[in-house]
Amino acid sequence: MNILEKHNIKHWVQTALILLASICLCACDGLLLSKTDPNGIVYCSEGSPANFNPQLDTSGTTVDASSHQIYDRLIDFDPITGDFVPALATSWLISNDGKTYTFQLRRKVSFHDTQTFTPTRFFNADDVLFSIDRWRLMTHPFHHISGGRYPYTDSLKLGDLITKVTRLNGYRVEITLNKPESSFLANLATDFAVILSAEYADKLISRNQKELIDHKPVGTGPYQLASFRQDRYIRYTKHPKYWRNIELTDKLIFDITPSSSLRLAKLITAECDAIALPAHSELEVIKQQDELVLDEKPGLNIGFWAFNTSKAPFNNPEVRRALGMAIDKNALIEAIYFNSAIVAKNIVPPTSWAFQSDVRPLSYNPIAAKKLLREQGIPENFSMTVWAMPVQRAYNPNATKMAELIQAYLQKVGIQVNIISYEWSTFRERLSQGIHDSVLIGWSADNGDPDNFYRPLLSCAAIESGTNRAMWCSQEYDLLINKALQYTDISERTYFYGQANELLAEQLPLIPIAHASRYQAHRKELQGLVINPYGGVRFGGVKKIQ
Amino acid sequence: MTNVLLRYTNLVLATLFVLSLLSFILAYLFPGQPIENLTGLRLDELAEHQNSELKYAVDANIFVQYWHYMGELFAGNWGVSFSSGLPLIEDVSHYLPASIELSAYALFLSFFIGLPLGFLAALRHHKLTDYSLLSISLLGYSIPVFWLALILILFFSLQLGWFPLSGRISLLFEIPRATGFILIDILLSDSIDKTAAFTSALRHLILPTLSIAVVTTTLIIRITRRSVIKTLNSEFILAAYARGLTPRQVLMRHGVRNALIPILPLLAMQFPTLLTNAMIVESIFSWPGIGNWLIQAIYQQDYPAIRAGMLAVSTLVVIFTMSIDLTIRLTDPRRRRAERATT
Repeated sequence: MNILEKHNIKHWVQTALILLASICLCACDGLLLSKTDPNGIVYCSEGSPANFNPQLDTSGTTVDASSHQIYDRLIDFDPITGDFVPALATSWLISNDGKTYTFQLRRKVSFHDTQTFTPTRFFNADDVLFSIDRWRLMTHPFHHISGGRYPYTDSLKLGDLITKVTRLNGYRVEITLNKPESSFLANLATDFAVILSAEYADKLISRNQKELIDHKPVGTGPYQLASFRQDRYIRYTKHPKYWRNIELTDKLIFDITPSSSLRLAKLITAECDAIALPAHSELEVIKQQDELVLDEKPGLNIGFWAFNTSKAPFNNPEVRRALGMAIDKNALIEAIYFNSAIVAKNIVPPTSWAFQSDVRPLSYNPIAAKKLLREQGIPENFSMTVWAMPVQRAYNPNATKMAELIQAYLQKVGIQVNIISYEWSTFRERLSQGIHDSVLIGWSADNGDPDNFYRPLLSCAAIESGTNRAMWCSQEYDLLINKALQYTDISERTYFYGQANELLAEQLPLIPIAHASRYQAHRKELQGLVINPYGGVRFGGVKKIQ
Repeated sequence: MTNVLLRYTNLVLATLFVLSLLSFILAYLFPGQPIENLTGLRLDELAEHQNSELKYAVDANIFVQYWHYMGELFAGNWGVSFSSGLPLIEDVSHYLPASIELSAYALFLSFFIGLPLGFLAALRHHKLTDYSLLSISLLGYSIPVFWLALILILFFSLQLGWFPLSGRISLLFEIPRATGFILIDILLSDSIDKTAAFTSALRHLILPTLSIAVVTTTLIIRITRRSVIKTLNSEFILAAYARGLTPRQVLMRHGVRNALIPILPLLAMQFPTLLTNAMIVESIFSWPGIGNWLIQAIYQQDYPAIRAGMLAVSTLVVIFTMSIDLTIRLTDPRRRRAERATT
């Protein structure tokens, strides 16, 4: 039965439609067009930091969240030229024997005034002593707080290198080393050598809350931590009394977004102003968007294929050479890095002064490789393992795929490859045990000094600390790189590193594959964000134009 | 009346008892030490918290343990999360309101659209309007929620750039937390630009609400339509016509109320579906709700969080469903127990 007259329904529908349309119009006007967000920068980062002290954690996530936002260092690297520039130290002096470093400190630098702490004095020598002694001295009251491990300084044995740190007066500090080491200044300029507040530490001792020092941090940096919610966000506010005269926004937000495609989507919808780690496969998409900017810079890193030289037949340099000739690096780079990397010749990238262009790289020659292998007594159908790291890194975005390609190449020279992969922490643990035949892995440098490549990757001591994946120990090589450290003059150091490069080209404990570029994507409105080749992202001096 | 109340209270208590038992057993079924799964503290951390072993009476028999577990639950000690180290009760009370808010708006929107359309379809029974509404609702009902959410994102966020695709509000707004419901919190706060914050929150709400509301709306259309048709075919409607009332008077005085009464309990039963859909949609829109939080907990094998989250969500569903059921039972004396059981 029809209860309502036809025109009646029509009338209803018409009224409803008009109502809906007007609501829509108002809503569109209000919701779509007005984007009056408060002044601030949103950065979509990839994960939650473990804490807010880069002394304790070398992972990029922690460094990004703390190093250049919350803290300052004594000296900085200029991100463009790579030179040392004054930061909290206005000048420094190195004694003639290269063992004593004297720093003149900046005056009138304020620490953050936070909910937990109100500073009563400016930054001075006590803060420098506190920050260095914390990781250097086992007896220091804060040494064992938050785990008591200082991965960066421990791995370089900086604590043993420094004999004493003295306060000459309130604004002058002297650091004495037990032997000259030319990479020392570079280590002080890394993201990990941050300056904490000694006064805050004293307050925490009296309140018996020492562990807060790494979770409610106080520094001198451009932004101070306001709040942090695990896996959700980090909020920073501007440090109103920051000593550098640079542009700062009221608010800086790290929106923690683990998925790389979601980060990109948020960048496109302007929910983020900049994103961390754009994936290599997404670079083309970013380039096509008019309102996005993709910055590219050669990275200070190396992706390589290391042989376990403690095992036969990989202890034979000729076998290693033959395997190196069996793979086509150019094809690998095209397939794995989408052409966002360059073929590696040395273990240092071309931007480093220790790079040598005249070292002849191995050329792809499967026939010669096969012949050489047979000469060295490697039978047809010899079987070996290639370990492929399970995580994505700038220096190797897809190790498994690279291993598969290498598997195909080696098949052509009569070698069977088994690809091995474990979960990341297990993977590294088993690598340190040395049970692999070869591994695809790499290294990212933390500072501009070439020592940061030579020593951790191939020195004898690095076998024990677990960064020498080739298990390669050569007295000759160690002698060369240690000699290079005793000189401060670059031309003298270049000579020794050149010798080391030649030794490596002859011995081939590892086959350098690629130096990947670093990428950074942000929206057009964001100005002043530069890629920092020496580590973490920095937001001081970055501004958003409306 | 008292009888009914008592019976419902009993039922709720019994269900909650089973749920609490289940959550307690989960701590034993999950990998790892039960005490770790109950407290969220690792064995080495437990050494520092000597008394937690006492509190949970790990050495006593299982019944005593359960008794202690319940004691801790009521005291608000739900343990801490493996991954964040925060107390779970704090996490749950932080994320649960966000889910309730999203589900409530979606439910409201579904009523707003679904009821009138359901009536319209019934009144135009066996006409083109009816058939088209029916097919549209069938289409809407068959679309998977997560797919719809992704399509909405693709079209409205990425292509048109109208709406944001993640979160509850632009993070640049810092809304002091009072109730946990973002729109109410914005109205209560005083330090910020309310209009801008409200606009931002609404823009974030639209897509997730729409994705959840579509399924519920189509359900409401179908349920309403069926109920109205059934009511209009009743004898008392015929009697009303016989008394000489106009069609409009018949509908308004006798049709609407009688058609709505059987709809409500059916809709209450949709609440679990709604919440489930909300949880899926949350993880797509990075909505900081309990669903997203639980899914993260599952990824990270955060057993204490899974246990507490499951308990909180199921308790909510039980209490909500039961109270709607009770309200209907108290307001509509016609309904017998047997009838309720079929809904």
